[in-house]
Amino acid sequence: MHFQTGESTEMLETITSLFNYWIAMILMMTGLYIVIAHTNLVKKIIGLNIFQTSVFILYISMGKIKDGTAPILADGIETYSNPLPHVLILTAIVVGVATTSLGLAIIVRIYEAYGSAEEDILMHKDMKESAE
Amino acid sequence: MSELNFMMQLPALQVVLPLVAAPLCVLLRQPNLVWALALAVATSCLGISLCLAQQVWQTGVISYAIGGWQPPFGIEYRLDELSVFMLAFICLIATLTLLGARQSIEKEIPGDRIHLFYATLLLSLTGLLGIISTGDAFNLFVFLEIASLSTYALVAMGRDRRALLAAFRYLILGTIGGTFILIGVGLLYMMTGTLNMQDMAARLPEVINTTTALAALAFMVIGACLKLALLPMHLWLPNAYTYAPSVASAFLAATSTKVAAYVLIRFLYSVYNLRWANIDIPLNEVLALLAASAMLFASYVATRQIELKRLLAWSSLGQIGYIVLGLSLATTAGLAAGTLHLMNHAIIKAGLFMAVAAVIFQQGGSTLMLADLKGLSQRMPWTTAAIVAGGLGLIGVPMTAGFISKWALLQALMESHAWGYIIVLLISSLLAVVYVWRIIETAYSRGPDTRIGRSEAPLGLQLSIWAFVAMNLYLGLQGSPGMSLVTRAAERLLGMEVSL
Repeated sequence: MHFQTGESTEMLETITSLFNYWIAMILMMTGLYIVIAHTNLVKKIIGLNIFQTSVFILYISMGKIKDGTAPILADGIETYSNPLPHVLILTAIVVGVATTSLGLAIIVRIYEAYGSAEEDILMHKDMKESAE
Repeated sequence: MSELNFMMQLPALQVVLPLVAAPLCVLLRQPNLVWALALAVATSCLGISLCLAQQVWQTGVISYAIGGWQPPFGIEYRLDELSVFMLAFICLIATLTLLGARQSIEKEIPGDRIHLFYATLLLSLTGLLGIISTGDAFNLFVFLEIASLSTYALVAMGRDRRALLAAFRYLILGTIGGTFILIGVGLLYMMTGTLNMQDMAARLPEVINTTTALAALAFMVIGACLKLALLPMHLWLPNAYTYAPSVASAFLAATSTKVAAYVLIRFLYSVYNLRWANIDIPLNEVLALLAASAMLFASYVATRQIELKRLLAWSSLGQIGYIVLGLSLATTAGLAAGTLHLMNHAIIKAGLFMAVAAVIFQQGGSTLMLADLKGLSQRMPWTTAAIVAGGLGLIGVPMTAGFISKWALLQALMESHAWGYIIVLLISSLLAVVYVWRIIETAYSRGPDTRIGRSEAPLGLQLSIWAFVAMNLYLGLQGSPGMSLVTRAAERLLGMEVSL
């Protein structure tokens, strides 16, 4: 009994100390699931965004140092977080925005061409077209 | 002194040149002017890359510090034998496809969007050249996304509305692949504290057996395989190649998957530095198995296609199998054979897709069914001959480029005693005979109307097609220069003593 509580606190500790990474992984899987499971193209883009955001969290978490502050050159600031992942993620966010906007632009054109943004309807229309 | 300075800026210049030219294209708008600018830029990039290749061949690796920030802290452009080899042949393919692009694009893309086509093509070229030049893992991701984003836009410009859906699917899978690479780079940064690939390789041995380093490897390999469309991560490719504008198909088939293969080589050989072959995960066996299944399955599917561009796309998937099989051997001979096939297949496939562009130009329509080729040998005898030459290259008939690299791969497989894969190679080549024969047979059969006279495609397209065919035959007849180039590149990657 005693042994069991020790084990569970240990597990709890692993979960809490890696809390950010757990969240990143959960978000990542959620995003991927949405991309795969939904037929609506806009929802797929939303899923893709969640997926990318999880990676942003992953990067930012690894830059965090316990009790660290913002990296400013000033008196009294000795421990600070690693700013490099933040800078990298700024770039990755820009890439993500570009991807989202391109994806949405393509969806607009798909909607104009087919009159729908549901993948199964689009595929049905394509099949009908190639059958004719 | 100023001349010396100029020469030293070349590594950055060839990436900056198309990047600056792309917005210029949007401003100029006038189709012919924009085409001329794009062609001029691609040709200058080719010139620069040849200059760089000569430098690397004479003096060894070039390291260029962007903005004067010294590596490993700043971003480094690092050109070794493999990178200049890739740079030169990507630029060559861009130049030649652009040479034939003008009339075909005029016909396939509405007049007010032509300048945008060239702008996105140049952006894609920027990304591809950047991926090859950079020595920084995060920078590689950024360039990869520049190249991919413009590629999605290129595919979406196809005339058929199905091009849009193809582009969207490509966007989804391409972004997942790119993000996987981003995760891999992040995990490696976490373990090594550096983004410079050279530096990473030096620090990796200490942490190679941690789960994080292995997870990073898995993410990067899967990301790169998604981008290079290795079976079973290929779903985006057939539709994208089928519905993209013909010239874009030629450019993409010859460059984007090939550069993704380069990314895989960089991660496996430069960053992980062969240590991936000695870890608990049998990565090389997995890659070889996937490659073999691509060689068999994709080639088989290619024999069943009725649409010409789709047939060529599936054949590409099979040929990607050959390339990855070469890489997976983790020997100098295997890496050299894979790299050589990378170039040879790119040249052959670009020639074939340009020939398809010529046929589509003459016959109209957005897609080309195999049945439409009937009587082609009477209407377009030269283009048909070019298709035959390209087809023979795909099979790997002696005297074509395809033979040289397949022969090299065969020898590499023998050296590694991979007898099973040799059988796969032979079966896959037989399947290639089947699908190429279907094209040739239809093209030489009597057409529905024999009275139609000859009507070859315009000169630009012809020039482009025959340049590719000539290179295919030249590389096939003169096997040794190409082989010595890639062997030296492979030796450098495997960290051997390079004979200058």
